[in-house]
Amino acid sequence: MNVVVLLKQVPDTETVIRIEADGKSIVTKEIKWIINPYDEYAVEAALRLKEKKGATVIILSVGPQRAVEAIRTALAMGADRGMLVDDPAAEGSDALGKARVLAAALSATAFDLILCGHRAVDDDENQVGIMVAELLGVPHLALAVALEMEDGKVKIDRPVEGAKVTLQAALPAMVTFGGSHAVWNPRYASLPGIMKAKKKPLDVRKLADVGLAAEQVGAGAAKVKVTAMEMPPQRKAGRVLQGDAAAKAKELVRLLHDEAKLI
Amino acid sequence: MAQGVCVITEFRDGAFRRVSFEVASEGRKLADALGEGLTAVALGAGVEAAAPDLGNYGVDKVYVVDDARLKDYLAELYVPVVADLLQNLSPKVVLVPASVDGKDLSARLAARLGAGLATDCTQLKVEAGALKVRRPLYAGKAFAWYEWAPGALPQMASCRPNVMDCRIPDPSKKAAVEKAAVSLPGATKSQVLAMQKDVKGKIDLTEAQIIVSGGRGMKGAENYAMLEELANILGGTVGASRAAVDAGWRPHSDQVGQTGKVVTPNLYIACGISGAIQHMAGMGSSKFIVAVNRDPEAPIFTKADYGVVEDLFQFLPVFTEEVRKLKSTC
Repeated sequence: MNVVVLLKQVPDTETVIRIEADGKSIVTKEIKWIINPYDEYAVEAALRLKEKKGATVIILSVGPQRAVEAIRTALAMGADRGMLVDDPAAEGSDALGKARVLAAALSATAFDLILCGHRAVDDDENQVGIMVAELLGVPHLALAVALEMEDGKVKIDRPVEGAKVTLQAALPAMVTFGGSHAVWNPRYASLPGIMKAKKKPLDVRKLADVGLAAEQVGAGAAKVKVTAMEMPPQRKAGRVLQGDAAAKAKELVRLLHDEAKLI
Repeated sequence: MAQGVCVITEFRDGAFRRVSFEVASEGRKLADALGEGLTAVALGAGVEAAAPDLGNYGVDKVYVVDDARLKDYLAELYVPVVADLLQNLSPKVVLVPASVDGKDLSARLAARLGAGLATDCTQLKVEAGALKVRRPLYAGKAFAWYEWAPGALPQMASCRPNVMDCRIPDPSKKAAVEKAAVSLPGATKSQVLAMQKDVKGKIDLTEAQIIVSGGRGMKGAENYAMLEELANILGGTVGASRAAVDAGWRPHSDQVGQTGKVVTPNLYIACGISGAIQHMAGMGSSKFIVAVNRDPEAPIFTKADYGVVEDLFQFLPVFTEEVRKLKSTC
């Protein structure tokens, strides 16, 4: 069984975001890059399948050269091989453009299961994985917090507003991951793992290598694009209540009721 | 020629979900700005009878597909039907709720139609006859404005729940209803096996108006009963910081932050939460923030409208009692 994990490298969640002089991108200097946390859960789930059922785990990413580091980390966790599509012509792609690159690379790879985070914590778009499923014509199970394989089918649990749903799909299928660090508890790369990862195959490809014409992706093909970025309105520290606990409680209820009119 | 605004609604358990009225209200605003009409697409089991009521929120005409198999969302059934309808209607703008199912539906539709999609928008407007939207990035650490390439139609956007103002419903206005002639695909490759309702039908954090949230300062799972009680009286729901979820005190579905839920309630009460940058990204857009923490230097106080420097174990019981008194008199 071939399990492909789509992985994006993103700024660490502790990063303080600042806007670049061009007004529509962020300052990337001194950013610490990590594997998108939700993609990391997908790597963990893939490795558990490998241990339980036997599988080849392939890491696939589209992005700049620095993404090699994120792929190597996943290889050190235990994945078998990696592929990065790094092509300047893909820069400025919208979600559909990125999905086209990934779908093209997947078309040239035998896969049974595709796994990735439901969203990347940089753009928060929640689009690319789902679009890949649509382009490849495979079912998609969203926001997995548990995953099982049974009789050639994949089964997941996912929370929706006010309920928990169990879904299943025939292979090949796409599963996107939700949950949290506490749910998936992704493993750390061990020192022997890091040593081994250096020798694992990691192909860097161009768009032409995956059979995609440059005009289909990139800024020119983007249907939607960022025209300006801005910082959120600064919240000002408000009022600090005075008195003992009882006085503060009374005052807070009064403020919320009379002034803010919230309760 | 592409014309008008079309909203995709969400119908579950015999009723439209509130997000449907939010996208309808927002759709009406955009349609008026364009000087064009507002249509809606409504799929579901038993949706036909409820469809005229979308007119209360400004919809002119609803295209319905009413079928028992459409009870729960399943991409294989919903996507081809909605994609066909949109191709026939050829709207300029398509709005979808950015709910769990709406996110799947909208991304698939965009891929199928070759359209540009902006998800989870918090502000939408029409400028020079074209859609322009604002949406948060990095869980709200920054915002970006998006525009569509010339001729890229439809312009698709999903609306973050709880953000768009709902119109005051006008019961005298009913929408025209047309049954769409479609045939649903046969056997599907994926199925919903089971749907298990949360106990007490807990309100999801992303749609809650009031959230009482607890962090590391709660000291243990058992102490969340205090927050549950307060949330109950206020008609709200309980959230948690990543520290509390990592400690196993709360389920992951309660996690607020960059690797959890981004919430926009009217009132967010943070108890024993210091305010790590990844947490503040998730709740910084709340309309009103109250912080209870015994450390006066906690970063959460820099964002709070009202700060209470107290031991929460002393403060919360007294505060809950005061709220109870207030609620029993009004």
